[in-house]
Amino acid sequence: MEPLYQRDVYGKTLVELGKKNPNIVVLDADLSGSTRTVLFAKEFPDRFFNFGVAEQNMMATAAGLASCGKIVFASTFAMFATARALGQVRNTICYNNFNVKIVATHSGITVGEDGASHQALEDINFMRAIPHMHIIVPSDGPETRSAVITACESEGPFYIRLGRAKVPTIEKKKDFMLGKGYVVEEGKDMAIIACGSLVYESLQAVERLKEQGFSVGVINMHTIKPIDRALIVETAKKYKKVLVCEEHQVIGGLYSAVCEVLAQEYPIRVERVGVEDRFGQSGKPAELMECYGLSANCIVKKAERFIRE
Amino acid sequence: MEKKIQHLKSKANQMRRLIVSMLAKAGSGHPGGSLSSTDILACLYFEVMRFDAKNPLWLDRDRFHLSKGHCCPALYASLAMNGFFPMVELDRLRCLGAMLQGHPDRRVPGVEVASGSLGQGLSVALGMALAGKIDKRDYRVYCLMGDGEIQEGNIWEAAMAAAHFKADNLCGIVDYNHFQIDGRTEEIMNLEPLVNKWEAFGWHVIQCDGHNLYQLLEGFMKAKAVKLKPTVIIAHTVKGKGVSFMEHVVDFHGRAPNEKEREIALKELAETEKDEDAL
Repeated sequence: MEPLYQRDVYGKTLVELGKKNPNIVVLDADLSGSTRTVLFAKEFPDRFFNFGVAEQNMMATAAGLASCGKIVFASTFAMFATARALGQVRNTICYNNFNVKIVATHSGITVGEDGASHQALEDINFMRAIPHMHIIVPSDGPETRSAVITACESEGPFYIRLGRAKVPTIEKKKDFMLGKGYVVEEGKDMAIIACGSLVYESLQAVERLKEQGFSVGVINMHTIKPIDRALIVETAKKYKKVLVCEEHQVIGGLYSAVCEVLAQEYPIRVERVGVEDRFGQSGKPAELMECYGLSANCIVKKAERFIRE
Repeated sequence: MEKKIQHLKSKANQMRRLIVSMLAKAGSGHPGGSLSSTDILACLYFEVMRFDAKNPLWLDRDRFHLSKGHCCPALYASLAMNGFFPMVELDRLRCLGAMLQGHPDRRVPGVEVASGSLGQGLSVALGMALAGKIDKRDYRVYCLMGDGEIQEGNIWEAAMAAAHFKADNLCGIVDYNHFQIDGRTEEIMNLEPLVNKWEAFGWHVIQCDGHNLYQLLEGFMKAKAVKLKPTVIIAHTVKGKGVSFMEHVVDFHGRAPNEKEREIALKELAETEKDEDAL
């Protein structure tokens, strides 16, 4: 299906929500063109605030607005939404359990040419450690829309992680439910649990593995927090081999979340495809995916080895 | 007016006694800044602000945010004296499971937003002010900042934004007592020229003696009249004000009085009250 920019979908969904709910306020920090909050700004100028290059102020102000009953969407790049404003997000948004929905774009290595300073690879880790926070990593355009609507309708703080580049739309999907991953593809030899852009890469990998006679299941774990413990345990019991794939450091993201569940409930070996504790660099998104071991090719290699063991 | 001031003086004295008592009982906490900001809070909670303690979430209430969260004993005293919660809660300050935490949070009726991590409060107050503008409500937002606190960059981001958004319903107050934990602000990180800084950021600046209730009330009144820009009141205060052995003593920034100190302090404050009554 047609590839979409998740951030375009986000901007359009905001406008749709803004028409229905006058209580929605949108904030940005000088990146409204890139995050696409500009679409909301044009439609509802009285409910949009651009804070300039000042993410800490944006996040703490979001908390103040939320304390007066507003549903606040705050957007910037994932690097600045999380690392730059972590104290504000932790102490002033999450501790108060406010309705602030942080929708961050330009996450991951596929930011591309801008290089390491702009490639957020630790953001899930930062957000995951904070009580009250919900985390969704949508895999494509339509799932982005569902995630944004769900966050708007649910109580408490959310972190929604979007990418920069266009992503293909994934077929064979179920309705989005917060905290419930789902099986995209059934298999026998091994299961892949993936989120975000790596759901599509995993499906590509599975097609190639099929040609080699391997049957691999794929699970879309779009909600990282609260994590779907039941599905993880069920998957481990059924497949005995689990490979976690994410466009994030292997420390603190989906891989960690899955391992935390299995270490406690059903200890098995869990393999991973993610960034191995290093910084990114400039390059084309596809080149970087290859170079950092995240592409469908890399998943195929890792899966083959793991299944044969 | 004279009567009003006398009333406020008495309230401030009672607040100081409660602050000393609750901190002594808790065995830890921050008396210095609580006492320096007492008269400011007395003006706000017993004269200036519009609220209903029986309905703390009344939509048209004026908002107060204690950005210098460590000085919550002064806020807790104000809230308890106004009936937001029973006085007896003050005895459980900083205890396990207590409503009154070491830094304020939203389990306390009358506390809008948790604070304690310095530098974030002016942004929070700006958010409340912007919500008031969107909703076309005429409430005002007051934000008390510490002097050491405004060394945080986030304060100046908020200052720039509040002026940019013409938040004239926002009134900041700097409790300028010249001390932070490590010593005098002049030595640790100089804030001067402070008036020029706020003016340069687009704020209307009012200076006053932060223990002179006339000047404080006048300052709050003038701030209300300022349109199209936010106002900051730079309140010149004395750390530990009202208890002789705590005044200007950096040690009492973050140390609670012991039993003996508590007794002396309460005696002193009782005498002050008597003297003021005699006047």
